[in-house]
Amino acid sequence: MKRLLIWGPLALFVFFVGLAAYQLTQPKDDLIRSTMVGKPVPAFELPSLQEAEPVLTQAIFADGTPKLLNIWASWCAPCIQEAPYLEAMKEAGVPIVGSALKAPDGTNLAFLVEHGNPYVAIADDAYSELKVAIGSSMVPETFVIDGQGVIRYQHLGPVLDKDIPVLMAELEKAQ
Amino acid sequence: MMRILILTLALLAGPALAQPESSNAPYANVQLDDAAQEEAALELMETLRCLTCQSQSIHDSDAAIAGDMRHQVRTRIAAGEDPEAIRAWMVDRYGDYISYEPSVSSTTWPLFAIPLLLLVFALGVFWRRMRKT
Repeated sequence: MKRLLIWGPLALFVFFVGLAAYQLTQPKDDLIRSTMVGKPVPAFELPSLQEAEPVLTQAIFADGTPKLLNIWASWCAPCIQEAPYLEAMKEAGVPIVGSALKAPDGTNLAFLVEHGNPYVAIADDAYSELKVAIGSSMVPETFVIDGQGVIRYQHLGPVLDKDIPVLMAELEKAQ
Repeated sequence: MMRILILTLALLAGPALAQPESSNAPYANVQLDDAAQEEAALELMETLRCLTCQSQSIHDSDAAIAGDMRHQVRTRIAAGEDPEAIRAWMVDRYGDYISYEPSVSSTTWPLFAIPLLLLVFALGVFWRRMRKT
């Protein structure tokens, strides 16, 4: 018995080295997902990016049509990458609400001129109020929101060609 | 030559990863006038985790989102909200990830239970040995 027991510490050591080696070879997933999926869009009240007057609230998501909410900023390189795909979704008839984070004066508007404007409305979220309230951690990020204003799906990172069918299916489900 | 090249690349890589803008929210970098409220805010900010710089608290980080979150914490505390209510609000959005404050849950209970069990086991062994001698 004692003879066998002497191997215990070595066995434990090998087990932990093996565990560490296994974990090191696993792909890293450090995405922080929102736990707001399934809940209604939080109440917000933000000025519009383009117009002086209109104020955007959560009411924009409660008109019966499922929409996308896209969080972006002029300084975000992947936002340039996703611009043509958002444009394609707009052309397919998907209403996209934008929420622009703080950027140097005027650059968000310049971004729309340069890379196109796929949005039906854009909130000016200069202090990340909506971003934090909805549990978004990355830029860009896209949420599928159903016609009653309930968050149905979160897409982290840029929307690319391969993501369009997924988002379309989620929008269909949200009908 | 190689060293210079690596150093130059390192210098280039740093700013490329950094967020181009830090927050300009009013309370991102301005303390509250009420010292007690500021202290409560500070305590909370030190235990809320930054979203983009994952090993820092929002108090430590200069990322724009961390500044915006400090602004939110301070304005809410100034409005009389309880710090733990603000933490719960954040956890509602980002899950346990966002809080550095350890909490007992269905996944973390072994972390709290194992030390206690080991202590009981060690005391048992100790007690048996003492009885023998």
